[in-house]
Amino acid sequence: MDEEMEVNQNVKKVMFVMRKAPHGSIYSYEGLETVLITAAYEQDMTMVFVGDGVFALVKGQDTTEIGIKGFIKTYGALEHYDVEKIYVDRVSMEERGLTVDDFAIDVEVKEAEEIAALMEEQHATIPY
Amino acid sequence: MKFAVQVLEAPYNNQASDTAYHFIKAALEKGHTIVRVFFYHNGVINAINSAEPPNDDRNIYKRWTELGKEKGIDIVACIAASKRRGIKEGQIVEGTRISGLGQLADMTIEADRLITFG
Amino acid sequence: MLHMVNKSPFTSSALDEAARIAAKGSPILLIEDGVYAARAGTSYEPKLAEIMKDHPVYALAPDLKARAVGKMTDGVTQVDYAGFVDLVEKDKIHSWL
Repeated sequence: MDEEMEVNQNVKKVMFVMRKAPHGSIYSYEGLETVLITAAYEQDMTMVFVGDGVFALVKGQDTTEIGIKGFIKTYGALEHYDVEKIYVDRVSMEERGLTVDDFAIDVEVKEAEEIAALMEEQHATIPY
Repeated sequence: MKFAVQVLEAPYNNQASDTAYHFIKAALEKGHTIVRVFFYHNGVINAINSAEPPNDDRNIYKRWTELGKEKGIDIVACIAASKRRGIKEGQIVEGTRISGLGQLADMTIEADRLITFG
Repeated sequence: MLHMVNKSPFTSSALDEAARIAAKGSPILLIEDGVYAARAGTSYEPKLAEIMKDHPVYALAPDLKARAVGKMTDGVTQVDYAGFVDLVEKDKIHSWL
C-alpha cells in the first residue's frame, strides 16, 4: 500500500462533469473524446452525470434516422480505459423519470452532498 | 500561481472569448502564469486567421496574437475539433498552434487551476 | 470550490444545479448572462436569497454594468476582473456552462 501510494504521488484527480444531452449539440460527444484521451495519462479520473447529461447514458438510442453518429457504445469501452468511477446525480436521474435500469452501463448513483465532496477533492474539474 | 484556460465557444457568438481574455490579462497583471490556453468545441474558431471583424468592434483574433506572440502564452486549438470545423494548419492566427487533446490533459495536470469559459 | 455560472437563470438550469450540488459555504460567481440572477425585483430574487443562505454570491461588475443590472439582491458582492482572479487563486473553480 505504501509503495503504491509513493508510485502514485503524481497522479492527479480529474473529474469530468457531463451536463449536456447527446446529439442536439456536440458537447457530450467531444467531451467523451477528452475523457478517452485523458485516460491515457493514467490520472485518477471520475465522470459524473448531472442535469441533462444523464440522457447521454440512456440505452436504446438509435440515431440512424437523424444521421448522426451515435456514441452510446463508447461509454461501454470506458472500463477498458480504466475509467471506473462513473456516477449519476440521483435528483437529475429521478427528475427525468429514469432509473439505473435505463442506463447502458453500470453507474453508481450519488447524492448531491456526495458529488460536492468528490468535487472538493479534485485537482481539476472539466465541464462538458 | 499557474492557470490553464479552456475556451469552448466561438468568438463573437458567445462572450466566452472576451471573458477569457480579460481574465488572462488580469491574471498576468497579478503575476500569475498562464500555462496554456486550449480551444475546444467551437472554441477552435478563435484560431481562424481569415476572419475580418468590423473595424468598429474589438478584434478577438488579434487579442490571441497579442497573448500568444507578445506575451508568449502557448495557445492551442484542438486538432480533432479543428478538422471537424475545417480549420487547418497554415490557416490559423499568428501566435496560436494546432495540436492534440493531450495538450488539454497536460495543462490540466500541470496547472494549479483549470478554468473553463464556454 | 468556487462555482461559476454564466447563463441566465431564466433560460438555463445551470445556477439551480450549481447551487443544489455545491458544498455548503462554497462561493458562487455570476458572470456574463449569469449576472441577471442578481437583479433585484425579478421572480428569481427569492431563489437567490435562498441560495445566499448557503453560499456567498459574487457578480462580475463589468457584466452587471454592460447589462444595466442596477439594483441587486441584497448581499451580492461585486468583483472586477482582478477580484475574479483573486477568487480563482483562493479556490479551485468549476464552470457550470
